[in-house]
Amino acid sequence: MTELPDFLPALPEIVLALSGLLLLLYGAVRSDAPFRFIGYTTVLVLLAVQVMEMTIEPGGRFTFSGLFISDRYAVFMKSLVLLGSALAVLLSLDYHDQEKQERIEYPILILFATLGMMMMISASSLLSLYVGLELQSLCLYVLASIQRDTLRSTEAGLKYFILGALSSGLLLYGVSLIYGFTGSTEFSQLAKILSTANLQVPMGVIIGLVFVMAGLAFKVSAVPFHMWTPDVYEGAPTPITAFFAVAPKIAAIALLLRVLVGPLGGLVEEWQQVVVVVSLASMVLGNFAALNQTNIKRLMAYSSIGHTGYVLVGLAAGTAAGVHGVLIYITVYLFMVVGTFAVILCMRQHDRMVENIEDLAGLSKTHPMIALAMAIFMFSMAGIPPLAGFFGKLYVFLAAIESDLYALAIVGILTSVVGAFYYLRIVKIMYFDESHEPLDKWIGHDIAAILVGTGTFTLFFFIYPEPILLAATAAVASLFSG
Amino acid sequence: MLTITLEHYLTVAAILFSLGIFGIFLNRKNVIIILMSVELMLLAVNLNLVAFSNFLHDLTGQVFAMFVLTVAAAESAIGLAIMIAFFRNRGSIAVEDVNVMKG
Repeated sequence: MTELPDFLPALPEIVLALSGLLLLLYGAVRSDAPFRFIGYTTVLVLLAVQVMEMTIEPGGRFTFSGLFISDRYAVFMKSLVLLGSALAVLLSLDYHDQEKQERIEYPILILFATLGMMMMISASSLLSLYVGLELQSLCLYVLASIQRDTLRSTEAGLKYFILGALSSGLLLYGVSLIYGFTGSTEFSQLAKILSTANLQVPMGVIIGLVFVMAGLAFKVSAVPFHMWTPDVYEGAPTPITAFFAVAPKIAAIALLLRVLVGPLGGLVEEWQQVVVVVSLASMVLGNFAALNQTNIKRLMAYSSIGHTGYVLVGLAAGTAAGVHGVLIYITVYLFMVVGTFAVILCMRQHDRMVENIEDLAGLSKTHPMIALAMAIFMFSMAGIPPLAGFFGKLYVFLAAIESDLYALAIVGILTSVVGAFYYLRIVKIMYFDESHEPLDKWIGHDIAAILVGTGTFTLFFFIYPEPILLAATAAVASLFSG
Repeated sequence: MLTITLEHYLTVAAILFSLGIFGIFLNRKNVIIILMSVELMLLAVNLNLVAFSNFLHDLTGQVFAMFVLTVAAAESAIGLAIMIAFFRNRGSIAVEDVNVMKG
């Protein structure tokens, strides 16, 4: 007799999958299906799933024969991913109007990509990890090239596809080696085997670990596997770049944390050195390469590589405090980046998108509120207190110092100074440079609302950060106990 | 008599996998060859998984190989679709023509 698995822990995912299928069916049957309707429905579904996720009591429950886990860590990360996806869809609606690119596949693909990310975050076996990751990646390849009649978008899609497929191959090879030399793919089993076998870990497992980390480093765009990031960020349509910068990144970081802390937690000495090197390289390269960018989307790409470096500082500490710092960091990062991309989406002249940083000149005179919001995000990304970005960096660096990783903390602080230079340059251009050609006046209601929301969060995070700090603490506790 | 052991399978898989990686990086001609190289990498992984599964007397590896096969099929379908979209805009699928953005 086979028993029916317990569906309740995976209910949010099931609802998301079914709604995606229904929307797809509706869009296919009604060829004149209104784009806005599907867009808003997608946002509603994502938010409803988020509410569901938060109300179902997560007791660290396994289901589907141990392939799927629902714990507080998963709930925290999934909330971020769902929020990021919902905001990204909301950001894009006006853009698609203006560009006459109303493809109903777009919100639906984001929905399925989000489903893949949720599966990744809840994976408790190498098999479900791989399938979730691929569901996400396959949707993202299509999303990057969704403007199929423009060269830049298809080229971005092609580059993303090739490097993404390569990274999946590396990850998979590592997975096969770990499976072969331990005899299990389940995270709990792996954790048990690898923590007791500390006398002599088989060489195959170490090689497997390196391959898995290389594959995941691609997904979080850490140096030396970052090459795709600037091209894909620049080439993909701007709302999709906003989505790429937020949801998949957070999901990949969540996965990296779960894999390294959970099943591979026994090998902390082996992976710590790798994470330290990757983190140093990402911080240095990301921040220095961003200095002489002229395209703002490319600048955001290098900036996101730098942010990955800071996130990895917390992971390198390998302690609960470090992971706690990472969770705070990516929460704050989500709001800052969504806000920044909302501003980038306002950059239109004569009804066309412009992407050069110089086009922001004189923004403070023509659009004082947008300029103010952008200034808040830039100061926050530079890590200037008391804005939200400062707290993210603070927790991460504190954890690194507690774990005696002084070099990492010092390089981190020095590179944030470098980072401050190019963030503040944008502020200077907005406030002190003369504009030659003002941006268009009109911005949509959705974008305005998102700007107000994210700006308020970034500005006033320091007044009442407790709910997020507490949720992060609970999430870390469940990650380390699992 | 030479018996075929796990090491032999692993060696073949490792060689196939390296061929796949070199195919992606050293190939300067055609994007289709890159797609073939990706397939080669995934097949090497499958060989690994099935060999381990047989050696460990554990079915998980074979189930995993099935999933990999399925995903690989979906992946190459999407890859070919993106490549066709690119070809329509660029008129070429040579690797050196994928260069509008410098990275």
